[in-house]
Amino acid sequence: MVNETKVLDIHKEKLPKADTERTRECPCFIPRSDIYEVDDKIVLLLDMPGVNPNAINITLDKSVLTVNGYVRVDEPEGYSLMHAEYETGDYERSFRISNQIDQSNIDAIYNNGTLKLILPKSESAMPQRIKVKVGE
Amino acid sequence: MYRTTSFPTIWNEFLRLQRDMDNLLGDSYQSGKRIAPQYPAINVWANQDSALITAELPGLNKKDIEINVIGDTVSIKGSRYPEELPENAKYQRQEIGYGNFHRSLQFPYTIDANKVEATFKDGILTVKLPRIESEKPKKIAVKTL
Repeated sequence: MVNETKVLDIHKEKLPKADTERTRECPCFIPRSDIYEVDDKIVLLLDMPGVNPNAINITLDKSVLTVNGYVRVDEPEGYSLMHAEYETGDYERSFRISNQIDQSNIDAIYNNGTLKLILPKSESAMPQRIKVKVGE
Repeated sequence: MYRTTSFPTIWNEFLRLQRDMDNLLGDSYQSGKRIAPQYPAINVWANQDSALITAELPGLNKKDIEINVIGDTVSIKGSRYPEELPENAKYQRQEIGYGNFHRSLQFPYTIDANKVEATFKDGILTVKLPRIESEKPKKIAVKTL
């Protein structure tokens, strides 16, 4: 059964004008994302429809994880646009991650327009059990 | 009657602006009501023989999309399921919506249901809806007497 956690709606937030000038002409969107935590990892889901998996850039600089997705805007040949409800453009979003993440083992999977990032927690951040010693 | 010419690319921007202004100042604006956007957002492309609709449907599986064509109406139905999480998982942020959707579009011609093609790639659904042969515009040759 579908878990109706939130109503499906159209929501594409445009990236506010940054200090640096963008060199690409198309608009840039902030992908919607879900973040959840399981025992040993944190998982990020980002909606980035229309991006070619080869055109996704994920960079980790210090503790800032930045995801860039570049869309090739190609219009179907021989057709003209009659009605438009959405725009196509690039995606960009940054996340600050704590040092409890094993930064060298981040995994990324792109499937059906959704990017999944798996951030494993480092050994030291895992809950540890402390053994109780019996004193004399 | 109007002339169909191929516009240079800059014209697309003007056309887009015109469309946006039409939306802004159209009927819905004057009557004071706003039409709630329907999910999914759809772009419609057309030429004389067929129409092409595209929709952004990230996170869906191909098998969860259903397209039906009846006469001049096409309907797109589907569901987006959240990931199955282990019991002890907890959300820290939830912006993505999940659930069922259903949307219909009516065209000004009968769609040739046998020739409808649909593709789903990288979260973009594209459906090609050809006009039925008998309703295609016909060229009439001028005879000399």
